[in-house]
Amino acid sequence: MAAAAGLSVAHGRRPGPAGPVGTAGPRLLAAVVLLGGWQALASSGLLFRDVVPPLQALAAGLWAVARDGGFWADARVTGGELLGAVLVGGVAGGATGLLLGSSPLLSAAFERWITWFGPTPKIILFPVLILLCGVGPGSKVAMGAVSCFFPMVLSTAAAVRGVDPVLLRVARSFRARRHQTLMKVYLPATVAPLLNGVRLGFGLALIGVLLAETKLSNQGVGFAVMQAYARFDMPRMYGLLILVVGFAAAVNIVLGHGARRAAGATGQEH
Amino acid sequence: MKVGAGLAGLLVMAGLVALLQWAIGAGIVDEYTVPRPTEIAAALPRLVAEEQVVSRFLVTAGETFAAAGLSTLVGTALGAALYRWPLLRRSFEPGFAVLAAAPLILAYPLFLVLFGRSSATVVVIAFASALPPVVLQAVAGFAAVRPVLLAAGRSLGLGRAAEFRHVLLPAALPSVFTGLRLALMFGLINVVGVEFLINLGGLGALINELSERYDLPGTWAAIGLVVLVSACFFVVLDGGERWLRRRG
Repeated sequence: MAAAAGLSVAHGRRPGPAGPVGTAGPRLLAAVVLLGGWQALASSGLLFRDVVPPLQALAAGLWAVARDGGFWADARVTGGELLGAVLVGGVAGGATGLLLGSSPLLSAAFERWITWFGPTPKIILFPVLILLCGVGPGSKVAMGAVSCFFPMVLSTAAAVRGVDPVLLRVARSFRARRHQTLMKVYLPATVAPLLNGVRLGFGLALIGVLLAETKLSNQGVGFAVMQAYARFDMPRMYGLLILVVGFAAAVNIVLGHGARRAAGATGQEH
Repeated sequence: MKVGAGLAGLLVMAGLVALLQWAIGAGIVDEYTVPRPTEIAAALPRLVAEEQVVSRFLVTAGETFAAAGLSTLVGTALGAALYRWPLLRRSFEPGFAVLAAAPLILAYPLFLVLFGRSSATVVVIAFASALPPVVLQAVAGFAAVRPVLLAAGRSLGLGRAAEFRHVLLPAALPSVFTGLRLALMFGLINVVGVEFLINLGGLGALINELSERYDLPGTWAAIGLVVLVSACFFVVLDGGERWLRRRG
């Protein structure tokens, strides 16, 4: 969602008067405070115990989910849909962004449509996607692809526009062909912002696929969450949500790290 | 060139709509999947007359503004606290960064259990999704206040509270407004999304109801309406922020 609103969860942000951000000790302290607060709330009896289960019940739920073969079958379904969504949305978005970024005329004509449509909640398109792609995995892939498409277009177009004109002039002076310019200049010069685009697109595709599964599906992790809700199996629901958020955070960190390394290797700052 | 290109873009879009109308008429596109654009346009007045679009819009807008207002207030206060106490910032800012990128809307079944199938659920999910980016924006805004302003305030003998009120807050106001813009964006996206998912409330629920009735032109028209409302909303917010930054 952060991507939808154009927010960059800053990496390497200026530390400011509060000093450098992020050391292991304070993070550990925060984790202890949050977990302790949760446990105190769960034990206090202020809230219904099943809704805010104690940590040991959460851990048991998480363990039960991780050991459950059904969960991994659902995860494979969701993973396949997600992969398809990122491939379709990423390639289509990257190609469209390349066109818009390399042509001022196309950008002036069409980019505003992408910018306007980009931040709208894509899940509202799901009824149409069901009609177009069916009730099976196709509509979930389409949902994720549509979600991934917009951040990919905008980040690719911005990345292509940010390529140093000197590099392009050098390519022209060497009489590089179109595909050579693409492979030898644009791709290496835009790898860091492209990875950031994939990072944002991946997060939105994951949301799109899982929300679609919660709405209409008989398999996948989103469906498993709704099953846990229907059975009021709160430890299982928490376990599923923790795994999903953990997976999203891990991919986000890995892609963000890759983007920073690529930016460092090419001397870019993002 | 820019106006001409924009007009050309509009004409191409209109051409695509006309092409779709023709393709449906010629049987190339299935009319039971994609209704004719003229049918979609004709469904709009019906939606306004029969589906209480105006009152649904007000429900969605009310939930959006409630969530955005709450997250801006709480987020700015939390941002100020994180800025004020470095240990707090080092402890919790990375967590807010992770939460800002986390798919919190997926936890909507959990919120349904906690708050029931009510507007409270919609507002709380939108609030929870908007809060982390607002906090991060507020911390960044406070941290970016020029040290010379703070030094001037201290040399005038301002205490902590007066420094916050007379120096920090005015200097960080553009960032606070950016936070409000983010909160409104996240608010609208999540409110409409959750309304659609749990079939409750305003414009999101309208799309869900129409699709369950298999009212295809109505569904497409309602989707178009929501896209239009969102686009107008974001254009107005962007314009407002640019205006404020020019004045600031």
